[in-house]
Amino acid sequence: MSLVLVKSVSPTKKTFTYLSRSAPYGSNRAQVCLDAALATAVFEQIVNYVFLDDGVYQLLKEQNADKIFTKTIGNAMETLELYGIQNIFIEENSLRERNLSIDDLAIKVKILSNKKLAELIDSSDSVINL
Amino acid sequence: MIFSVVIYSAPYTSESAANALRFSQAVVDNGHQIYRLFFFSDGVHNANKLAITPQDEQNLQVTWDSFIRSNKLDSVVCVSSALKRGIIGADEARNHDLDSQSLQASSNISGLGQLVDAHMKSDRVISFG
Repeated sequence: MSLVLVKSVSPTKKTFTYLSRSAPYGSNRAQVCLDAALATAVFEQIVNYVFLDDGVYQLLKEQNADKIFTKTIGNAMETLELYGIQNIFIEENSLRERNLSIDDLAIKVKILSNKKLAELIDSSDSVINL
Repeated sequence: MIFSVVIYSAPYTSESAANALRFSQAVVDNGHQIYRLFFFSDGVHNANKLAITPQDEQNLQVTWDSFIRSNKLDSVVCVSSALKRGIIGADEARNHDLDSQSLQASSNISGLGQLVDAHMKSDRVISFG
């Protein structure tokens, strides 16, 4: 169970921060998080998308999930930009702890320190953890 | 305070769907308001009207249904999650030429826009599962 805090600033436009922290396969959480964020962008809200913990594996290059009867999440990540989501971040420690670098990733993302992540969460109206 | 509750998990496998129900009951019992229940991902199984449980076990789907009815709540089941899990309402049965339906009539099938709207209109959005 996770508590999602909502601050009311503007009645028509709010800031949603999605924390995608699950590995790409093995559960549908990565896909669920992406679907919810895309819907939020369609409704013209401000969206931040953060890859955190095992969520960073979603961004690895050259994924192919055909043999496990599922969609390749790495390819789907390109849709974030198509839906106008520009604030795509990856948390610095999550990347380093897994011995990965920005060159291993399929899409362009901004690196976010833990401190900056805290600030981002603090500035959001809604935080969705998946 | 205005709450919305998002349910991600199926009944019986984990405790979280039952916790979501008991939390929602506590919200109402304490004089707060529920703007919307949103069943997402495996959570859509909570809106299946075809479930039968042994006599000594609570039927969570029936309990959700009576809770939603008695409090006249807005209950939404995510369309893309529901259809692939066999949660089918009258319209979907007709559109896809199926001979049966499984959706509790107290819930409506709709899209993720209803989840975004719930975030916009609620003071707190609480997720389970």
